[in-house]
Amino acid sequence: MSEPVPAEPTLAIVGAGPAGLRAAQVLTEAGLRPILLDEGHRAGGQIYRRPPPGAERPAAALYGFEAGRAQALHDLADALASQIDYRPDTMVWGIAPRAPFGFDLDCLGPRGHERIAVDRLVLATGAMDRTLPFPGWTLPGVFTLGAAQIALKAQGMAIGRRVALVGAGPLLPLVAHQYAKAGATLAAVLDVTPLGAKVTAVPRLALLPGTLAKGVWYTVAGALRGLPVRSGVRAIAVEGGRQVEALTWDDARGRRHRVACDAVGASFGLRSEAQAADLAGCRFVFEPVTRQWQPERSPEGRASHPHVYLAGDGSGIGGADVAELQGERTALALLADLGRPRDAAREARLDRRLARHAGFRAALDAAYPYPHHLVDGIGDDEIVCRCEGITAGTLRRAATERDAREMNRLKALTRAGMGRCQGRVCGHAAAEILARTLAVPVETVGRLRGQAPIKPIPLREPV
Amino acid sequence: MERLTVDVAIIGGGIAACSAAVALREAGLTVALLEKRLCGGGASGVNFGGVRQQGRDFSELPLSRRARVLWDGLGAKLAEDVGFEATGHIKLARSESDMAVLEAYARDAAEYGLDLQLLGANALRAEMPWLGPAVVGASLSPTDGQANPRVVGPAFARLARRLGAEVREHAPVRHAAHDGAGFTVEAEGVSVRSRSLVNAAGAYGGAVAGWFGEAAPVAPLSPNMVVTEPLPHLVTRSIGVVGGDVYVRQTRRGNVVLGGGRGTADSVDGLARPVSATSLGAMDKTLTLIPDLAHAQVIRSWSGLDGEMPDHIPVIGLSASTPGLVHAFGFSGHGFQLGPVVGEILAELVTQGRSASPLHPFRIERFAAWRGPYRSEGEIEH
Ligand SMILES: Cc1cc2nc3c(=O)[nH]c(=O)nc-3n(C[C@H](O)[C@H](O)[C@H](O)COP(=O)(O)OP(=O)(O)OC[C@H]3O[C@@H](n4cnc5c(N)ncnc54)[C@H](O)[C@@H]3O)c2cc1C
Ligand SMILES: Cc1cc2nc3c(=O)[nH]c(=O)nc-3n(C[C@H](O)[C@H](O)[C@H](O)COP(=O)(O)OP(=O)(O)OC[C@H]3O[C@@H](n4cnc5c(N)ncnc54)[C@H](O)[C@@H]3O)c2cc1C
Repeated sequence: MSEPVPAEPTLAIVGAGPAGLRAAQVLTEAGLRPILLDEGHRAGGQIYRRPPPGAERPAAALYGFEAGRAQALHDLADALASQIDYRPDTMVWGIAPRAPFGFDLDCLGPRGHERIAVDRLVLATGAMDRTLPFPGWTLPGVFTLGAAQIALKAQGMAIGRRVALVGAGPLLPLVAHQYAKAGATLAAVLDVTPLGAKVTAVPRLALLPGTLAKGVWYTVAGALRGLPVRSGVRAIAVEGGRQVEALTWDDARGRRHRVACDAVGASFGLRSEAQAADLAGCRFVFEPVTRQWQPERSPEGRASHPHVYLAGDGSGIGGADVAELQGERTALALLADLGRPRDAAREARLDRRLARHAGFRAALDAAYPYPHHLVDGIGDDEIVCRCEGITAGTLRRAATERDAREMNRLKALTRAGMGRCQGRVCGHAAAEILARTLAVPVETVGRLRGQAPIKPIPLREPV
Repeated sequence: MERLTVDVAIIGGGIAACSAAVALREAGLTVALLEKRLCGGGASGVNFGGVRQQGRDFSELPLSRRARVLWDGLGAKLAEDVGFEATGHIKLARSESDMAVLEAYARDAAEYGLDLQLLGANALRAEMPWLGPAVVGASLSPTDGQANPRVVGPAFARLARRLGAEVREHAPVRHAAHDGAGFTVEAEGVSVRSRSLVNAAGAYGGAVAGWFGEAAPVAPLSPNMVVTEPLPHLVTRSIGVVGGDVYVRQTRRGNVVLGGGRGTADSVDGLARPVSATSLGAMDKTLTLIPDLAHAQVIRSWSGLDGEMPDHIPVIGLSASTPGLVHAFGFSGHGFQLGPVVGEILAELVTQGRSASPLHPFRIERFAAWRGPYRSEGEIEH
């Protein structure tokens, strides 16, 4: 780094999940006192989400086989609290580069709006579920798999009495397992990817047991325990008047099935929450396997922007164990860039483990390809953008009749992605539909530009 | 490299350029339009959406009055719902001296045929009981309104294509020159020969003029915009204030759009960004005008890049240095409403060398003696 490094640089970490917490740990070990900003009330992030105080349940019941890791992360969070500037309940809604270098973070927290000037930024913002429209997906009672899991972890409740789960990713068997363990009635567990891909991938996965890998094992184990697991299903539809009443689907041989249920959890993999990286000015690259744009990240966790460091699912879906390793690794890279003494052995050890995980991740992605083939089955009347009520037909017509060849233009012409969620929910599906209609690779239609606020903020400052 | 030979080449793809392409095709000329990014993706596509005559420099009023007539038929002409609604534009006074400004303007505007209604505090409260106590009076322009900027530019571009214009997007013009016989315009992937050249490059219009030895100091202008989630309909009219530090409207969908102050413009890539502190300031000011919006959620902010001239009115007219070159740029933050008429005027200038509208105030020669750069600041009305 050529520019002067302040003696006591101000460092901020956004996100107190596994990635952010490990990064904070490394920085404190080096005698620094980072600011750790997190929207959540309690540290832990998605996977190790903690119930609100007073509603605790035993870790084993909440996190299953991850209980040990969850406990370790929570203990770490508690231990760090006094050594860092920890700001829970604080959303970072704006990030702007400042001269000569560094960033201004716009935060909304318990004390209202606050603007924090920082020299370097670690972004560990995690992921959210990926959705795809299917008939009935906007009915009350349909949740994402992640939301189904959050209900269980944070509130200790299931999303319904008779629950059907649908998905295309390791989260599906994981949530099914957690629901079964919690005593919920599972009406069906439907995997839209074929079993074949998984069976061939599993031996490779076995080489490296990680959290997400365990999900794959449940595909087998769950079936053994008599869960109604089906693979390669198609034409999923939710039936119901004012709320979910049943789920129907075609099996791999084309036969129609129907089960009664009062709630559905459905999502199709994860997408990185990368708006913060976008606002910070990071370059994005298209990741072809999971078919999404992500901030460019070096193996050590450096972003394209020289003062931004990336870790965890916010910059590439790797799961919780990888998030921890990356958090540690990127913090070491940051320290090196600050001119601190380096621990080459520790760096090399982490790099080796991350490389092994990367190979394993490739196998996992092969086992759970993003089901973009389902896009053809989305009817013209289906709503894609829930916030604005925009249908697949409107998107397709914008492509064929109104020259929309790019995502931001599609949005300008149709309002898709222009609502409350700013395309976080519908953006991927809309891109697949646009690309499919134009018969071009999905990366050529680009991605929605991010702007502040990262999530909605009230017009009047709350006091 | 594609080669085209046409009657008229157009640099830019904003509302000025695209409406010119349409008018020139309607006049029977062949046209090639070259846009750096996407047509209608610059200022024309991201502006506040105010379709306002009130408050304009009087020199602009004849053009603005003519444009207003075109807005009525624009949706039909473009075969696109441009969202135009004559909701009225109301300009609020927050002090007695503001009110005096409005009174004086209304008197003079009447000479241009623009009827403005002055409202005292009581009449104003009767019509808009939701206005905050800071407002003491207003001037209403009932024929003004608002439209959806995102669709207007692209729809003009599509119409131009349907009429046979060659429209090239992602085709930044690197250079243009006149060799005595005609123009050569070098863009990425395409080279155009033409008899006439229209410079409608928005904030870059000054640079293009410079290729022909003409001075035109254009400063980047990037108004800062904020929008809320859709809300029940409340804000019945498009709202401005004396001083221009805040403006508010509610879209048909229910989103409240508000602006005020400036974002930042990156002079390298030409992209403008909103500034959070400015957004928060505009939000506060909006609340003093409309306290009922306190619980609304802001879902996005943005900015865009327009070109601003030192006297806040555009350059429109024939080049003083090069025959066949016509300029229309530097609309200084209020060129959206004028857009439809600018195309007609440019076609008049290309085909007849003169326009039915008075263009003297907009001639480029007014900057002939200008030296050095120019930085703009302060509030701008849209
Ligand atoms: C709903 C859901 C359930 C999941 N369940 C599992 C599971 O069971 N097993 C598994 O292996 N993986 C699961 N995953 C994948 C999960 O992303 C990773 O396992 C792991 O949580 C990634 O760690 P992380 O530190 O990268 O991100 P996270 O754990 O997601 O942490 C990111 C943190 O950043 C905060 N944040 C983000 N943006 C901002 C902002 N602008 N301002 C302030 N704070 C912000 C978030 O509130 C969050 O606390 C799940 C993902 C989701 C979305
Ligand atoms: C945020 C904002 C709010 C506004 N609000 C209002 C309002 O409410 N009411 C109103 O009347 N006006 C408003 N305006 C002003 C109005 O939008 C502009 O004055 C008007 O759109 C200008 O049109 P234009 O065609 O000259 O410019 P632009 O729309 O900017 O078009 C110029 C085009 O030229 C292209 N270009 C530049 N250089 C080259 C090159 N070398 N080669 C090829 N192409 C090139 C650019 O990419 C751009 O697309 C606002 C402007 C902004 C930014």
